[in-house]
Amino acid sequence: MKTGANRSDTPILQVDAISKRFGGVQALDGVSLSVFPGRVHAVIGENGAGKSTLMKILAGVLQPDAGRLVVDDRPTVLQNVSSALGHGIALIHQELNLCDNLEVGANIFLGREPRRLGLIDFASIRQQSRQYLQAVGLDISPDTLVSDLTIAQQQMVEIAKALSVDARVLIMDEPTSSLSQREAEALFQVIDKLRAEGVAVIYISHRLGEVQRLADEVTVLRDGRNAGRLAREEISHDRMVQLMVGRDISQFYARRPHAIGQPVLELRGLRTLAWPQHPIDLTVHAGEMVGLAGLVGAGRSELLNTVFGVAPAVGGQVKVGGRGYRFRSCADAIEAGIALVPEDRKQQGLILEMAVRTNIGLPGLARHKVAGVFQNRRREIEDTAQMIDQLRIKVADPRQRVQDLSGGNQQKVVIGKWLSMHPDVLLLDEPTRGVDIGAKQEIYRLMEELAERGVAILFASSEMEEVISMSDRVLVMHEGRLMGELTGDQVTEENIMHLATGSTLETTKA
Amino acid sequence: MKKILGIFGLLVFICVMTAILSDRFLTEFNIENLIRRSALFGIISIGAAFVIVTGGIDLSIGSVVCLVGCLFPWMLVELEWSPLAALAAISAIALGIGLSHGLLITKLRLQPFVVTLCGLLIYRGATRGIVNDQTQGFRGEFSFLRNWSQGQIPLPGTDFGIPNPLLIMLLVTVVAAVFLNLTVYGRYMLALGRNEEATRFSGINTDRMVILAYVICAALSGLGGLLFVLDVGSAQPVDFGNFYELYAIAAAVLGGCSLRGGEGTILGVVIGAAVMQVLRNSITLIDWIPTNIEYAVIGAVILGGTIVDELVRRVAAARKSGLADVEKPAESTAESAA
Repeated sequence: MKTGANRSDTPILQVDAISKRFGGVQALDGVSLSVFPGRVHAVIGENGAGKSTLMKILAGVLQPDAGRLVVDDRPTVLQNVSSALGHGIALIHQELNLCDNLEVGANIFLGREPRRLGLIDFASIRQQSRQYLQAVGLDISPDTLVSDLTIAQQQMVEIAKALSVDARVLIMDEPTSSLSQREAEALFQVIDKLRAEGVAVIYISHRLGEVQRLADEVTVLRDGRNAGRLAREEISHDRMVQLMVGRDISQFYARRPHAIGQPVLELRGLRTLAWPQHPIDLTVHAGEMVGLAGLVGAGRSELLNTVFGVAPAVGGQVKVGGRGYRFRSCADAIEAGIALVPEDRKQQGLILEMAVRTNIGLPGLARHKVAGVFQNRRREIEDTAQMIDQLRIKVADPRQRVQDLSGGNQQKVVIGKWLSMHPDVLLLDEPTRGVDIGAKQEIYRLMEELAERGVAILFASSEMEEVISMSDRVLVMHEGRLMGELTGDQVTEENIMHLATGSTLETTKA
Repeated sequence: MKKILGIFGLLVFICVMTAILSDRFLTEFNIENLIRRSALFGIISIGAAFVIVTGGIDLSIGSVVCLVGCLFPWMLVELEWSPLAALAAISAIALGIGLSHGLLITKLRLQPFVVTLCGLLIYRGATRGIVNDQTQGFRGEFSFLRNWSQGQIPLPGTDFGIPNPLLIMLLVTVVAAVFLNLTVYGRYMLALGRNEEATRFSGINTDRMVILAYVICAALSGLGGLLFVLDVGSAQPVDFGNFYELYAIAAAVLGGCSLRGGEGTILGVVIGAAVMQVLRNSITLIDWIPTNIEYAVIGAVILGGTIVDELVRRVAAARKSGLADVEKPAESTAESAA
């Protein structure tokens, strides 16, 4: 290990038995960790393990219910973001927080604009910004509009902004989720540089390869508790997975072998609006679960949305049960027997302010209408009761607003909404995103049951374990193109990553 | 339901106060006139409510009232068209206006505010151009048509009668309420008003429903314009229907519609429209309120109502989360015991 002038063995920040509760959910339960200057401390865990809550507490966005924070050996209360910044703690959000209508320099100094005669001192902003941009290796003018930058560049601007307030603790929440591999490598080099300069980095990710590459130590969270701590020499993929999942993976992803039937969903030269130059051909059989892997932006959601008819197809055909369709809208796709559990649950899947019952009943209104125009309330009540029962959705009352449910139960409402339509083809886009571990297992169990009953399932997922464990077959996409198909022993993280980053298996094997 | 009771309470309160402060309020003439005006404004407010429920806005209501109100007598008197032809023509115009608003908003993705603001300017300007700023009236003829607005159905055994516009408004109210609450299309409008994307992802043609909402609004504005001009007897294109869109929107908001969409009841909107008219009436009747501050009083009442509504909502939310806090420790001790 490196020992720099800025390295020290006294922690800069200590988290001491922090707890936080939201409504009925215990998000954090006595979590502790210590952060040292000049080290990268990775915090990992499944979705819903409490990572984001912890980071928000460290950044002053949320206040803990119990426990304390110790900064530089002094117990400290971080009432808000500016008090956290005052202590040198800066959070770089997963969703970037830049005003994209302003220039880079203006963003770096937003709220702290240097002034001359009461007016903004643009010369000074420009000059100082250049220095911070250089520090993060970004070769752009401070006068560039943020909207003209790539996501990776915007992320660097965020880091530059953090440096401009003399951040000593830099919290990065899933920084590589939208980056290409090359961009991510550039980010790692900046992190290496910051570490050498004595900055403490808290790095949140569920990409274990990155964690192995960067981390000096790892804290694993599970269900809001400390599940384990790994020092540099102990960090390995298997150890991390074991601590994250907390049980044997083979049991977690319960698969039951069953027969695979006739082709149900067939795409023939289907071309999406986003990538019209790449026609897609694929087949999913009855009872088969096909995983769709790829990096963020690989075109998986676009493909699923096109199959579902919610995005228009530029060309090609969708066949369901041997019959060819050209969908004009998703109403056509639903009639053909297709259902989609969309990527963005809160925006696309649910009407949060409305009742569980209203949400579940929505797609079926047209099918079950009475006398051509009226709602079939009784049908809606029955379907909802059946779905609550079948999916074990935890609700006090079917009239409860979806907003008040946990992420896992919300996702079950989305699934229930589509199961009540009895689809032949179920498309799922990130089916377990933001869902706690218990609900996750139930969703897997449900997918398995549906497949057993002969539903053809095509699901996109960014979670490697999920794709590897839940798929009969894996299709990998890269920049709108279907790069390849993996079956049996071929389904490995390495093979998926190769295809997902645009190489072909033949060349990597050679 | 609570909201309707609240707005109904406000209506009763203003009526009682005005009756105490002015002896002219409870006269037969005043009450009948008040009911007639409230009914007419109720009709256009229901139109506004449909658009607001879908999360949109229609600023052109007053100008559509003007367009229909001026062109109808103009067609009958100046062009000497038959009443049937004139009715067909204004219906086509109103529906065409609603359809074009809806198409511009859904297919071209223009903002409702901008589209209908331009409508507000275009229809009034066009009306003034067509009739050359001349006041349009019925010249004492067409009394059988004017009876739609001016007539009443006498209540047997009394001197009172039910003004015809009230009957028309009640009919519109019932149809609108059934449509919004019991048909699948009403449910689609409420759903898409809250979350258009999720509704579209549920297989619903949201564009078609949005267009329908603007068509309903323009149609009811046109009906309102027709009944207004039949009631008054003449229309001056410079100011006929001026500000009516604001009365309609205010009535819808008072009646429980959220401008964020997805929320509202037809009954509340009708009562909201009545509140606006009673308020105007009381300003005229009560001697010590100068008539020229009418807008200020109306604005203050709506603002006050909105503030009270928000405060009530916050207190309710705080009480709810307070209860949740009490429940939590019990839950966690149960867990640790287990």
